[in-house]
Amino acid sequence: MTFIRLISGCFLAVLLTACQTPVTGEAGAERDANLYDALGQRAGIEAIVEDLMYLIVDDTRIAFQFRGLDVNRFHSRLSDQICGLAGGPCRYTGRSMAESHQAMAITETQFNALVENLVLALERNGISTAAQNQLLAQLAPMHGDIVAP
Amino acid sequence: MTLARDLPMAMILVLALATHVQGAPGSRLWATGGVTTIEGTAGGGLVPWALLSGYASDEEWGGTLALSRAEVDDFTLGFAGVTVNWRNRLELSAGRQTLDLGTLGATLGQDELAQDIFGAKARLAGDVLYGTYGQWSLGLQHKRNRHFTVPSAVGARDESGTDIYLSGSKLFFAALASRNLLVNLTARGTRANQGGLLGFGGDRSRAHELMLEASVALFMNRHWLAGVEYRQKPDNLSFAEEDDWHDLFVAWVPDRRLAVTAAFVDLGGIAGLPDQRGVYLSLQGSF
Repeated sequence: MTFIRLISGCFLAVLLTACQTPVTGEAGAERDANLYDALGQRAGIEAIVEDLMYLIVDDTRIAFQFRGLDVNRFHSRLSDQICGLAGGPCRYTGRSMAESHQAMAITETQFNALVENLVLALERNGISTAAQNQLLAQLAPMHGDIVAP
Repeated sequence: MTLARDLPMAMILVLALATHVQGAPGSRLWATGGVTTIEGTAGGGLVPWALLSGYASDEEWGGTLALSRAEVDDFTLGFAGVTVNWRNRLELSAGRQTLDLGTLGATLGQDELAQDIFGAKARLAGDVLYGTYGQWSLGLQHKRNRHFTVPSAVGARDESGTDIYLSGSKLFFAALASRNLLVNLTARGTRANQGGLLGFGGDRSRAHELMLEASVALFMNRHWLAGVEYRQKPDNLSFAEEDDWHDLFVAWVPDRRLAVTAAFVDLGGIAGLPDQRGVYLSLQGSF
């Protein structure tokens, strides 16, 4: 059964090589345009954000953070932002992530709850695992600006 | 086959215990607590990861219960243990590991080797998903042999020992075929023979030595991950050569409460019996 060792070795080598391959540049731009389509373009993104907002309202971990928010404005701003990040023809015009979350004292628990609801909203809209992961890759770097230090 | 006989019972036990404890298992994303290693900490099967067990995030408590078994050619390695996780900052674990000696037991006049393992792991910095440099944790595993006759007879110096390890874990989103890839590296200071089942230190060396361990796991989706692990081991006893450990695993995480792991493990030579390979199965309930 040396095949186990052989397969392990090959698998590891393939994975490590993939790790080192940069995902920026032209390939990245192309991937982003595909992501916009994979999310169902502007209409698809708006449906995802709407589902996300319903999930947030029902989630006692984070619903209180969204109380008193202008629902329509939040919906269109977040849709713009995701659309832009996904390589679509939209531009986010709201405040910076750091500025808009500064006074909210957001915890890791609340951040995780939001990401969970986003993934569930993506699943409800039939978004593929690949597209979900590509979107999360775009959103993940915002963690530092959103969670309170 | 004992595996087939014991596992349904084990599964019922883990599920019953995990669902008995009320409340949701925590807010961290699915499968980001890893599974439980044969030494009781969060990780893969053989290698600890920098992740802390279960799903507790920074305002929460959580933990896990786990039962595992590896059936290799001449031995059966078993583990049962519990962990608690305080605010994704500190993980404490306790468990018992047994090595059923099988045919060798009759010769030695002892059915099994066993040890208790008490662990602590602290998250030092970072976050596996969102940290630029991933997540880093420092851990201890204090191990105590329950029977020292056999380890002593083969040259082990001590019946207890403490491993110290530093782990780094990072998840790369959409890294390979747009799937998320988890990479873990662990450096361990240890003088344990066969993980401690054959005691600590030996005629060749009594000191702690630095060993490297690594694992890589690919998430097919949020319910399934597959990966490989490698664990370097010391070779302190001249009576029989000790080999490094390897495994190839698949884990299924239907929801936060349950994780099932299956693996092909290669434990190399144990106590002079070469090429110990076989199947590993582990159940974990989270609360």
